[in-house]
Amino acid sequence: MELLLTKFVKILKKSSTALIFLLPGLLLFTVFIIVPMIYSFRISFYDWKIVNPEQSEWIGVENYLRALSDPIFRRAALNTVIYSLVTVPGQMILGLIVAVLLNQNIRGRTFYRIMYYLPVITSWVIVSLLFEYMFSGQAGLVNYFLRDVFHVTSENILWLADPILTFVPIHLLGIWKGIGWTAVIFVAGLQAIPQHLYEAAEVDGAGSKEKFFLITLPLLRPTTVYLLVVLTIGSLNAYISNLLITNGGNPMDLTHFILTLMYEATFTKLDFGYGSAISYLLTMCVFVVSVFQIRMMTKPIEN
Amino acid sequence: MKKQTSQKLSRATTYFLLTVGLIIVALPFWYMLVTSLKPQSYIFEMPPKIWPTEITLNNYLTALRKDSFGLYFMNSLFVAICSTLATIFVSSMLAYAFARLDFPGKEFLFYILLLGMMIPPVMLIIPQFIIAKQLAILDKFIGLIVVYITMNLSGQTFLLRGFFEGIPKEIEEAALIDGASRWKIFWRIIFPLSKPGIAVVTIFTFLYSWDEFPWAHVAMKETTKRTLPIAIALFQSQHLTEWGQVFAASIVSLIPIVVVFIAFQRYFIQGISTTGIKG
Repeated sequence: MELLLTKFVKILKKSSTALIFLLPGLLLFTVFIIVPMIYSFRISFYDWKIVNPEQSEWIGVENYLRALSDPIFRRAALNTVIYSLVTVPGQMILGLIVAVLLNQNIRGRTFYRIMYYLPVITSWVIVSLLFEYMFSGQAGLVNYFLRDVFHVTSENILWLADPILTFVPIHLLGIWKGIGWTAVIFVAGLQAIPQHLYEAAEVDGAGSKEKFFLITLPLLRPTTVYLLVVLTIGSLNAYISNLLITNGGNPMDLTHFILTLMYEATFTKLDFGYGSAISYLLTMCVFVVSVFQIRMMTKPIEN
Repeated sequence: MKKQTSQKLSRATTYFLLTVGLIIVALPFWYMLVTSLKPQSYIFEMPPKIWPTEITLNNYLTALRKDSFGLYFMNSLFVAICSTLATIFVSSMLAYAFARLDFPGKEFLFYILLLGMMIPPVMLIIPQFIIAKQLAILDKFIGLIVVYITMNLSGQTFLLRGFFEGIPKEIEEAALIDGASRWKIFWRIIFPLSKPGIAVVTIFTFLYSWDEFPWAHVAMKETTKRTLPIAIALFQSQHLTEWGQVFAASIVSLIPIVVVFIAFQRYFIQGISTTGIKG
């Protein structure tokens, strides 16, 4: 009995040390991540009144149904999906090319690496405004190149006033900003490939094309899966570039992303319940997409 | 002989492609710099010049003094430094507990913590806003700082835990036998041994707090306490044509992160490749 008691006290003593180390972090994590997750789930079932939360009315899944039948939401979802389909492969293909180039023994590697990484560390606000300026209709740099240098068009293209064309700068920005990060992850993956595999292939007379498609690409599969998941999640969460370049869905609410719509519903129209429902719908999509992608990409390895 | 020429050719192709990529990456930055140095009357000149003809620092002086970007710069610096120091403190303690100490529910808690790396951050903004409102920390620096610490917690704890686990246990065991407390061991032995890990945390957290927009955008309506990203975005929406000043402020706000990045880039690349955290 006494032994048990001392054992218990010992465990408690041990945990109490741990508790001191854990407390600040777990406290913050609970207050600003765990509680918000649960809280926002609850809000999404209410017609939430931000000024008087007590008067909020339980409306069940009404917010969710409203979003799913709202043409503006549907358009925003479509815009977001297209953004993913364009920018994720764009970043991955260009990132892989840059990684393969940088992974050779070249002079000025550090310099190239820093330069390619510059867009990644620059705030979304700055690069979004920069692209907005470059794509401006009247005196934009892009129109100048297209019209006067390459003679592709005879008139200025009004990129930012058109609900389709406005995605050109947004998509290009999404790819441009992400290449550096994608390349760094690919370089790490490339360096994990054992060098002797290439040497053995060379002995067997394989050219660089065979080496790339038979060794590099298959062995990069875990890196590729990882990037596909992370970049897709990132693209579904895209928000700042769209908010600044389209000024919140202009023209005519046709150019929203899911999150700019969520932002507008919540902080402009103060419809917190609807906003929460939108963000939960997005989170569910993120979850489904990542599970699906991981399943799909890991299966063929078994064969 | 033939192999050598083909090698030279592929080398030339490598440099050529890298340089083309470099121009595409750098051109927007160069154009931003040039625009920030142009007088306002040249902002919409046709054809747009990629080489400045008339250089002036007026945009910088106006932005920093009249438009109070000097103040916003200091706000950003304060928030980023506080967030970074606090994140190092909190996440290294968490990481040490997960790396070395025993307590019930350890594995479960760790998985919960990792969940924090998977939740889309913007999804949390609405309830975080409501909670911050109830805690009366909206429109205050502390409201930005606590959220920045929390959003970095999962990733940085994960990174540091891996780092601490790489330190040989024998060092601590000797100190434990000598009767040192865990607390003392952590601060006197483990922490000083982990400088490279701490460096990685520093860069990630500093960059994050310096660039963060969505939370600051909703949580900071107090004009004098704005951080640079919101100040720049709001300035542009109010002065649609004053691109020179927008970009002058942008260039100034780029300086600290470029300096930090170049100084620590080796650690940084290492940190990204081992943890995959986005900068």
